Amino acid sequence: MSIVTVQLGQCGNQIGFEVFDALFSDSHCPQGLCSKRENEAYQASCKERFFSEEEHGVPIARAVLVDMEPKVINQTLSKAAQSGRWKYGQHSCFCQKQGSGNNWAYGYSVHGPRHEESIMNLIQKEVEKCDSLSGFFIIMSMAGGTGSGLGAFITRNLQDQYSNSLKMNHIIWPYGTGEVIVQNYNSILTLSHLYRSSDALLVHENDALHKICAKLMNIKQISFRDINQVLAHQLGSVFQPTYSEEGSSHYRRNPLGDLLENLVPHPEFKMLISNAKMEEGIDWQVRPPLSGAPTLGKMSANKNLHFNTSLANLVILRGKEVHSADLGGFKDPALYTSWLEPDNAFNMWKTQRAFNKYEKSAALVSNSQFLVKPLDMIVGKAWNMFASKAYIHQYTKFGIEEEDFLDSFTLLEQVVASYRNL
Amino acid sequence: MTQSVIVQVGQCGNQIGCCFWDLALREHASVNQKGIYDEAISSFFRNVDTRMVGDGGSISKGKICSLKARAVLIDMEEGVVNEILQGPLRDVFDSKQLITDISGSGNNWAVGHKVFGSLYQEQILEKLRKSAEHCDCLQCFFIIHSMGGGTGSGLGTFLLKVLEDEFPEVYRFVTSIYPSGEDDVITSPYNSILAMKELNEHADCVLPIDNQSLFDIISKIDLVVNSGKLGTAVKPKSLVTSSAGAFKKQQEKPFDAMNNIVANLLLNLTSSARFEGSLNMDLNEISMNLVPFPQLHYLVSSLTPLYTLADVNIPPRRLDQMFSDAFSKDHQLIQADPKHSLYLACALMVRGNVQISDLRRNIERLKPSLQFVSWNQEGWKTSLCSVPPVGHSHSLLALANNTCVKPTFLELRERFMRLYKKKAHLHHYLQIEGMEESCFTEAVSSLSALIQEYSQLDATKSMPMEDLPRLSVAV
Repeated sequence: MSIVTVQLGQCGNQIGFEVFDALFSDSHCPQGLCSKRENEAYQASCKERFFSEEEHGVPIARAVLVDMEPKVINQTLSKAAQSGRWKYGQHSCFCQKQGSGNNWAYGYSVHGPRHEESIMNLIQKEVEKCDSLSGFFIIMSMAGGTGSGLGAFITRNLQDQYSNSLKMNHIIWPYGTGEVIVQNYNSILTLSHLYRSSDALLVHENDALHKICAKLMNIKQISFRDINQVLAHQLGSVFQPTYSEEGSSHYRRNPLGDLLENLVPHPEFKMLISNAKMEEGIDWQVRPPLSGAPTLGKMSANKNLHFNTSLANLVILRGKEVHSADLGGFKDPALYTSWLEPDNAFNMWKTQRAFNKYEKSAALVSNSQFLVKPLDMIVGKAWNMFASKAYIHQYTKFGIEEEDFLDSFTLLEQVVASYRNL
Repeated sequence: MTQSVIVQVGQCGNQIGCCFWDLALREHASVNQKGIYDEAISSFFRNVDTRMVGDGGSISKGKICSLKARAVLIDMEEGVVNEILQGPLRDVFDSKQLITDISGSGNNWAVGHKVFGSLYQEQILEKLRKSAEHCDCLQCFFIIHSMGGGTGSGLGTFLLKVLEDEFPEVYRFVTSIYPSGEDDVITSPYNSILAMKELNEHADCVLPIDNQSLFDIISKIDLVVNSGKLGTAVKPKSLVTSSAGAFKKQQEKPFDAMNNIVANLLLNLTSSARFEGSLNMDLNEISMNLVPFPQLHYLVSSLTPLYTLADVNIPPRRLDQMFSDAFSKDHQLIQADPKHSLYLACALMVRGNVQISDLRRNIERLKPSLQFVSWNQEGWKTSLCSVPPVGHSHSLLALANNTCVKPTFLELRERFMRLYKKKAHLHHYLQIEGMEESCFTEAVSSLSALIQEYSQLDATKSMPMEDLPRLSVAV
């Protein structure tokens, strides 16, 4: 089954390109560490999910590119075409001349209705190219105007128009110390709207990705390209084909469906976060992340270990000797909320075919309290700013009133409370 | 991609404008080697086929034929505009883009605003409409003028109301030259305060600049350039004040260096909208992020670096130094000290070979020494444009919405009151039809209200930050 990707705004389009590039590179990687037949099945599965075929053979990404100003889309299209290995559809993009000005209200209330028909038509065309649709993957940032506002609008439309298909929104959580001054407003408006219309919100934090580049990869001058590539690798290791229950010759057919089935047991809890580790020669000693726990040496026996309580954890392992990995640590009931059995909450997908050039790679997707702290912080800051009424006139100008803000605050406080009570 | 139209009013406005067009051409020439008319150039220039009669057909793609500036030049004296039209930039302007008169405004805001305003309203509207029609998607009007005189101050601010009524969706960014303490125009306080009221009410964003600061920057540069110290030879093109390598070949006129600084300001302000980068910032984002309340729209600007050293053996001044300089009071374009006042919001627009980690590192480093208002503790807006300015490998423009503008306004009001109390020169204004004493009193109260807002914000500076109680929800 196929996934149609919608890339929104500068962030969405820049990331989207890296994601497709990573997916393509991986699927055409010669060292799969598996049999030729398996490799071919993997390639075919990946292609079905993310690329469509053209007569001349250059695969076309199953994607719709949307931005309200032309610079980024032009760059994205040409980067893809230049590589010569894959490209975007010629008519798969929608572009305007003037951006959304970092204004959620403008993206949602002005651009949304104005361009609804054109954008939905483009998506429809892409859907028609699929034999069977698993769902939509929408890549957007929360801090700006187009990704956030128009993204929320489009997601709601997708829910109305394709109510049988799944939607996963990939959201970029901005840096804590500001990229956009009104990012907290834009974020709470986005999250509250998406919570109502999306099936799952997969979050990547810029701060976390930045740390990975700095500490784990030792990059000195980190650019957004570096950050996006780390992200793309993480997503790739989550979304690339994995074995289904039947064993090594069959890959799972419904990527989004399977993910959601394992990770979103209850619609009140939709926030997912992912992390991945890819290395040569690591041991399969994958342990659940501890929050705030001291390092191993200093742990005292009578301290209560504090984990971020999870609702669901999914570990995806790829590569050499994958079947020998022991993930017992993940079945510790202390990790999970009291109303779930670890057996139900924890799942593991093992695939022998390696990802990219990494001998072993592990990805963890969690639905847990991990995001409570960042979410709480954003809501707190937005609330402080809202109390002073700063910048509100920029939103009311385009039809987003104080009531809409209050609704968003209410919904998100509920989400925070729900997660806290796990 | 959007377009912008520059409206240059009065002697000062036109002289700065002239420098701007010069540098804009130079910048685009260095970026656009193949001479193709692309979207970046189209933001400020039209491509015209001069062989066609009449208006000259506009060409939207392909090779550059003849570039015409998207500008309207207004002056009530002919001297400056005529000079521009006889100079090397004459082909960049269309005679139909000009509005001139002979007598000048006599440094009288009332003459500029009331007399010439009503006289030329129709013509102004017509030229503006024409320039808008030539644009595919007009986003912004940039008005360049001085506050102390008559035409730039009076007619320039009259324009603002016209623009607001006629093009309500288009942004109005005003670059205003404020009079310095030793201004030789006696009535400049009157003109400035009367103009301020219009700026308060009709501008989206104002970038105040004063001559004294520009002059100080030039002195600073001269010191380095002329010090003769080893390794201080400066790349001529990189001087923020120079037009070296630009199209004007005549002798640099006295204000040229200062005007070039302002021209560079405008180029850097629009660079992220024109050129590509990993984190773009369009002009509508400036207003959105930096104007928390409609009346507080005065932005203090600073440009760094001021020059690039020519000697390649000397390592370039650390990137971080550029960020530190942007917050020093020596680099501000008005007499202001943002570091010791309260920030409402701050934008950092970076050009050139700078990545997000450099930006973040410097924000983290500088944050502790800056005071931000309690509801905007992380009030940073950032942008990264890949194309550096001519002669530099990177540059930074910082725009701050900061209470440090208050002293400038206080001083202005003080100078005004000194004159007004004695009714000095008042009759020159009151004899103009439409002018009454109430115009003055209203203008002063408008300014006082603004000052009051800044004072209230300043008062919150030393207050401890409290987190407000949040909504509590039933679970």
